[in-house]
Amino acid sequence: MSAVSGNLASGGAKTPVKAPVAKSSLWRQSIRRLMRNKLAVSGFVTVVFMILLCFIGPLFSPYSGNHNNLAMMNKPPSAQHWLGTDKLGRDILTRVMLAGRISLTVGFASMVLSVFIGSLLGAIAGYYRGVVDQIIMRIADLLLTIPSLPLLFIAGAMLSAWKVPTDYRMYIVMLMLSVVGWPGLARLVRGEMLSLREREYMQATIVLGLRDRRKLFHHLLPNITPLLIVIATLNIGGSILMESVLSFFGLGVIQPTPTWGNMIDAANNLIDFQERPWLWVPPGLCIFITVIAINIFGDGLRDVLDPKHKR
Amino acid sequence: MSTYLVKRLTYMIIILFAASLLIFCLYAFTPGDFISGNLKLSPERKEELRQIYGLNKPVLERYAIWMKNAFHGNFGYSLAQQKPVLQLFNEYIWNSFLLAIVSTFFTWLISVIIGVIAAYKQYSLFDSLIMVIIFAAMSIPSFFIGLLLIKGFAVDLKWLPPGGMTTTGSNATGLAYVKEVIQHMALPVMVMTLLSLGSLTRYFRSNMIDVIKQDYIRTARAKGLKERKVLFTHALRNALLPAITLVGFELPGLFGGSLIIEKIFNWPGIGQLYMSSFSSRDYPLLMGFTMFIAILTVIGTLLSDLLYKLADPRVKL
Amino acid sequence: MASHLLDIEHLSTYFYTEEGTVKAVDDVSLQVRKGETVCIVGESGCGKSITAMSVMGLIQGPSGKVVSGKIDLEGTDLLKLNRNERRVIRGKEIGMIFQEPMSSLNPVLTIGQQIMEPLIEHLRMSKKEARKRAIELIEQVGISRAEQIANSYPHELSGGMLQRIMIAIAISCEPKLLIADEPTTALDVTIQAQILDILRNFREETGMSILLITHDLGVVAEMADYVIVMYSGKVVEEGEVTELFANPRHPYTQGLLKAKPILNQRQDELYSIPGQVPNPLDLTESCYFHDRCEHCLEICKVQAPELQELGTEQKVACWLYEKEATARV
Repeated sequence: MSAVSGNLASGGAKTPVKAPVAKSSLWRQSIRRLMRNKLAVSGFVTVVFMILLCFIGPLFSPYSGNHNNLAMMNKPPSAQHWLGTDKLGRDILTRVMLAGRISLTVGFASMVLSVFIGSLLGAIAGYYRGVVDQIIMRIADLLLTIPSLPLLFIAGAMLSAWKVPTDYRMYIVMLMLSVVGWPGLARLVRGEMLSLREREYMQATIVLGLRDRRKLFHHLLPNITPLLIVIATLNIGGSILMESVLSFFGLGVIQPTPTWGNMIDAANNLIDFQERPWLWVPPGLCIFITVIAINIFGDGLRDVLDPKHKR
Repeated sequence: MSTYLVKRLTYMIIILFAASLLIFCLYAFTPGDFISGNLKLSPERKEELRQIYGLNKPVLERYAIWMKNAFHGNFGYSLAQQKPVLQLFNEYIWNSFLLAIVSTFFTWLISVIIGVIAAYKQYSLFDSLIMVIIFAAMSIPSFFIGLLLIKGFAVDLKWLPPGGMTTTGSNATGLAYVKEVIQHMALPVMVMTLLSLGSLTRYFRSNMIDVIKQDYIRTARAKGLKERKVLFTHALRNALLPAITLVGFELPGLFGGSLIIEKIFNWPGIGQLYMSSFSSRDYPLLMGFTMFIAILTVIGTLLSDLLYKLADPRVKL
Repeated sequence: MASHLLDIEHLSTYFYTEEGTVKAVDDVSLQVRKGETVCIVGESGCGKSITAMSVMGLIQGPSGKVVSGKIDLEGTDLLKLNRNERRVIRGKEIGMIFQEPMSSLNPVLTIGQQIMEPLIEHLRMSKKEARKRAIELIEQVGISRAEQIANSYPHELSGGMLQRIMIAIAISCEPKLLIADEPTTALDVTIQAQILDILRNFREETGMSILLITHDLGVVAEMADYVIVMYSGKVVEEGEVTELFANPRHPYTQGLLKAKPILNQRQDELYSIPGQVPNPLDLTESCYFHDRCEHCLEICKVQAPELQELGTEQKVACWLYEKEATARV
């Protein structure tokens, strides 16, 4: 053992001996290439910063998100309230951070859900083909035919009409977003599956007599993982944008639970819109910064992980 | 060719049929309707109106009636506006189309130019800058950038009107009218162009990068052609070819309006009509609109496939 | 020396990749006389195509760059010209044909249009004149129904036809030099002979020079006046074709000639040079061929040999001949 480390030291390099597992070295190589892409790294750093800001930031804030202070109504940004206060005297900065928790969670969770549903159904359709494929893909086609915004609006309206408690709405919004999100994903994964199936090494698994589930989860899905990671990343941005639209129109997560989208709703009040931009501009900028950072990072990932998409 | 078309058309009809059922059920199960939302009506009057509009019948029966009428070209009667849905569409759709066609034109023009230059100068400063701007354009919430522009250009600077299609109370005609509409269009067109610019520019850029690597581009250069000619005659033609398929996908956007932007800019288009009908639960109109977009989407997809096969001499049906 | 049409001296073309610098062409000198056919021979990746692309000025930045040297065409150093002057030389003074005729023509333009382009660009012909000339050119490269061919698209023609069209384009402005980069590699054997015939006829008619790049020694024997053997970006041997074939000096050239199957002399086993072309990224100061060489000396592993003149018009870069060479001086 010491001989080995001695050799390494004399080699002057810190990289371990040629990794015995090709897979892990492939990942490491990808990460190293990603690190060289400054734009992608800055995107990643920004995303991490926004997450930390939203989840840890409020702990350091002297104000609570829901504490009304009628003496401090609609105050512009100042030393005490960096981003001003709203019509109930609540600190905007604190609320923006709290809203970020919800928006980021919704974006992330609905991504996980739609990627899970989409890749599972897509993989099954592409792997088994035949009737299963027909059923899954026809449902996907159907959902892709109906415009998603009206679909989401209807669902949002149902939530309001049934008076779903605001705390639960967040979860239902996640579900709604993944219902409209999965069909496109399923289509993509299925296409990948169909082409993978034809490759030689899959023919080899047939010769080896492997079981379906093993083939699907150990040989096929790992091959599309890089692609899935890329799509999933870019999907988070899309989900955050979608959620903000819904919440802006009062059909997603509604007040008093703050999200970036429903905070911009303040702009629907003419005076707030014209005279008090501090109420609605900060949450909008937060959405913008977060989504652009995610997209840039996702694009960097794509360069590294998706060989077909060489920049 | 014809068997292919027959197969495609049959499938289209089945999908649309399923979509219509789904759309109908969704709206039918949405709580609240136009009548119960109206506080001015007495319970007896509400019941009477429900009878008149057939809202008491079972869902499937109502669906059957709706479909039967739809086949006769009757998409129902808007309860809020007291006009046939189709007539309303006809009134509003062209305003949406105007906005969409102008912004589509600008989107394609700008993204082709930027895409070509960025691909040609791949990895240059210009290219990186363009990529960042493109990401920015793809990451702004549409309503937020709309609001920002209204605040900046209309409220603060007062250069452009904040919304609508004409100035309230204006009865300008002729050129003055055209000028007024153009002024009102400027901001929404700007936002719509900006929002769709990103993905299309990326598309053209990556197409161009692929094409520039091809052998025939090397041949064109070896012939001593001017670089401009190499790019625009030899490369761009090949890069534009696959983009023809996108024309079909633009179809729903061209006629379907934009819910968010028309709402934000108060533009009297079909998207805004939908948004205002949504709050009053004017179901015939809402269903008609959703179905209309579904039809456009399906036709657009078919159109894309056909165009692609038409455009590329190497692909045979 | 005045009879040199093309005189390349100490040309180096490098590619800067993520993994490191690739010296694709490393200090290469070569000359082409008027009316002469010079063949560059070597395995794929030895830098012969890059040499040709450097002459054409088609090395694309930012990764690839001609770093030093001189490319004289009739006394003008091409590397000193600006981009536009360079462009005017392409197609007009130097024509080029490529390996893959199938992908070398633009799929969305007709054959006629593609032949007309250089005529319009360099000879300032009108569209009508250019079209007339294009049809003549199509006939000249031995294709009948020229009118009809001019109106067709590349995918409608066969590979052999397309390569003829490529020749028609390359010679349309009657260049002084034609560079042919593996012009027959992608074609059937019977077509290969026809293409070579066309090239030879044109050379005789117009007196142009040809720089032919190939790995096929059969083509070399048939076409070349003078041969240049490249290995890993360097010239290892050059000489008159008969001399070189009769008396190859460099072990690599010997290996190449030995590897070529000879009709009526069926061997039990075809000879092949052992080993592989070294990775251009980990080249160190040495003879790049040393680890595949039967006669490898100690010095071969640590120092690269210079190209030495060996009597009549033959040069070799190999330590085996070093004494012989110095003895002559």
